[in-house]
Amino acid sequence: MAKKKNIEEPVAKPAGGLFAYAPAPESPAAAGDIATSYGHFIGGEFVDSSGSEALKTVNPATEQVLAEFAQGTDEDVERAVAAARKAFADWSSLPGSERAKYLFRIARIIQERSRELAVLESMDNGKPIRETRDFDIPTVAAWFFYYAGWADKLDYAGFGANPRPLGVAGQVIPWNFPLMMLAWKIAPALATGNTVVLKPAETTPLTALRFAEICRQAGLPKGVVNIVTGDGRTGAALTAHPDVNKVAFTGSTPVGRAIARQLAGSRKKLSLELGGKAANIVFDDAPIDQAVEGIVNGIFFNQGHVCCAGSRLLVQESVQDEVLDALKRRMATLRVGDPLDKNTDIGAINSAAQLARITELTDAGEAEGADRWSPECELPGTGFWFKPTLFTGVSQAHRIAQEEIFGPVLSVLTFRTPEEAVAKANNTPYGLSAGIWTEKGSRILWMANRLKAGVVWANTFNKFDPTSPFGGYKESGYGREGGRHGLEAYLDV
Amino acid sequence: MSDTTFARLDVLKTYKLYVGGKFPRSESGRVYEVTDSKGEWLANAPLGTRKDARDAVLAARAAVKGWAGTTAYNRGQVLYRVAEMLQGRREQFAAEVSLSEGVGPKKAAALVDAAIDRWVWYAGWTDKVAQIAGGANPVAGPYFNLSTPEPTGVVGIVAPQAGYGHSLLGLVSVIAPAIATGNTVVVAAAADAPLPALSLGEVLATSDVPGGVVNIISGRTADIAPTLASHQDVNALDLTGAIAADGPGAAAALEAAAADTLKRVVRPELDPFAQDWTNAPGTDRLLSFLETKTVWHPMGI
Repeated sequence: MAKKKNIEEPVAKPAGGLFAYAPAPESPAAAGDIATSYGHFIGGEFVDSSGSEALKTVNPATEQVLAEFAQGTDEDVERAVAAARKAFADWSSLPGSERAKYLFRIARIIQERSRELAVLESMDNGKPIRETRDFDIPTVAAWFFYYAGWADKLDYAGFGANPRPLGVAGQVIPWNFPLMMLAWKIAPALATGNTVVLKPAETTPLTALRFAEICRQAGLPKGVVNIVTGDGRTGAALTAHPDVNKVAFTGSTPVGRAIARQLAGSRKKLSLELGGKAANIVFDDAPIDQAVEGIVNGIFFNQGHVCCAGSRLLVQESVQDEVLDALKRRMATLRVGDPLDKNTDIGAINSAAQLARITELTDAGEAEGADRWSPECELPGTGFWFKPTLFTGVSQAHRIAQEEIFGPVLSVLTFRTPEEAVAKANNTPYGLSAGIWTEKGSRILWMANRLKAGVVWANTFNKFDPTSPFGGYKESGYGREGGRHGLEAYLDV
Repeated sequence: MSDTTFARLDVLKTYKLYVGGKFPRSESGRVYEVTDSKGEWLANAPLGTRKDARDAVLAARAAVKGWAGTTAYNRGQVLYRVAEMLQGRREQFAAEVSLSEGVGPKKAAALVDAAIDRWVWYAGWTDKVAQIAGGANPVAGPYFNLSTPEPTGVVGIVAPQAGYGHSLLGLVSVIAPAIATGNTVVVAAAADAPLPALSLGEVLATSDVPGGVVNIISGRTADIAPTLASHQDVNALDLTGAIAADGPGAAAALEAAAADTLKRVVRPELDPFAQDWTNAPGTDRLLSFLETKTVWHPMGI
């Protein structure tokens, strides 16, 4: 780090300091058996790759290898797409009420196996068990439950009578919410009668492979769900495959652009959920304590590995000191460490590569003149970790105000008038989410109306629900996931 | 001296672009010959350029805030006013459509009538679309949660270049749904049949449609469309006429250019020459240039 210039007074810790907690770790054994190596799940069977290249998935909190898995080849993708194509005719002609029952079954099995999935997800991803247990896995089950109910009600979804599925969906998902992103993709695709080939992220394949087991337990017909693992090469082979009718991608904006280019001139339907640089806007009449909780949840939830993270705090100048003091006090209480410990607030950064990216951008923040602050906190000796970090004195031109950091790093900007807040909030090519904190209802609606963002959280942040459409404006992508809107991406309408 | 009879000489119209509510010539100063279906000269149309397209995008962007901010009721009234103005010039448009598409006077008049009715159809949609495209979401928690559709912004349109009724009815069928929901548009008119499009500008100018909401450029689509596809300030691209104009390769290239800024793209029909614009429009186009915004707020006391 080039320089430290903490111009503020040192922030006092809460009276008596941080409460001492005895460690309360989940047992890794609760994750169930993790094989030493995995192939793909194609046509209802676990199969070996046609190639010999294997990748390793590591626990980012310990850097220990959890398992090897296959780097999917073009031939693997070919087999998976063929299996999905073969399954499509029967699956799409099954009465919706029967498809629904399969999805309900899957939802129930996920609920039954939720502890196992939560522990496995936490180990593979590095996120705190508190989040996988209380958020990720319950949301996964809820998503299947919600879309199960649509399967026999599509005539009433507003797309005309008897809307038809597209065919084979190729789905590529990120590592930040591995199983949840799988659910967001697979549940609506299956409910509408499509079959899928899904590629999980190369750092987090394990819960997707465990989900394949759940499909078998549910008796899901062979080939309806296929999981092919690998890195971006596998993803590119999948999205390019000529027999794929629908591509759904969640991930970075550059990759989203590349996919959109790749699909130009084809008849494949495309939905993209890409990056974000959300403004979380705090007015001077906001309830400060609640706003601080929202700011913390907005940027430190899931280590900030959230496309809709509230990564730019826009605070009204008159309450800047008050908000920042309270925020620093609150940040000093965040526990960074063992993801499997139920007391942990911030877990491990998902990968060495992501840690390097966060480090590069925060270094750039300092180099460009912003003031950096982090609470005192001990980081474990092994694994990938990053302290919750705050930048003040950030200008709109700084990289940390423009680029998605995808880590526990908050950039603070100020404003004087609501007009200025809107202009600064919208000054980004992204448009995924935004937050507003004020007690004045008319101002909430005035702001919400002007913010170019697909989701606006007012006096709350980072809330998700299967009934609620999620997706971006501008370069945050197109299409919506969740709710009735989420069906459209998988129907020929 | 009244015994000498002259055949009165008609006053011909100088066709001009429609940009920002005004009628400029092309900045290039160039024109091209527009002929009827038999190859007879009809008029000189402005040969719009990339610069004309950029100017039009500027005008369209400037108009977004006002037009999107207009109440849905008011937008409906404005669209209905367009229908009224078009009705008043029915014969003129029937003549232009007849010459442009080579259809007989009766068919041409029917196509103009259908175009008028299409404005009425979309006029009625402005204050209803939010109720079919949005709604309350019953989230599992104490939150108010509402999704509403908002206009995408500036839409670049390659107008229909082929199909039955494309020159006016097809054009109206792509412009009206985009502006009904609060977008503004820049339209590359049918290159071979631009006269109804350029005359439509005159109708719009007298219809309370704010300047810049609709911008119409005649000329080679191969010049105008790539500018719209790659422009940073265009949010969506309607490629309806792109295959008929310049072939599937050109349409794919436009879509690829649009990917750089992640524009929302409406792809062309595979066989645009088979399109019949008299078919009922449905809601597809109306819903194509909308963004769904979902607002959450906690409930509590």
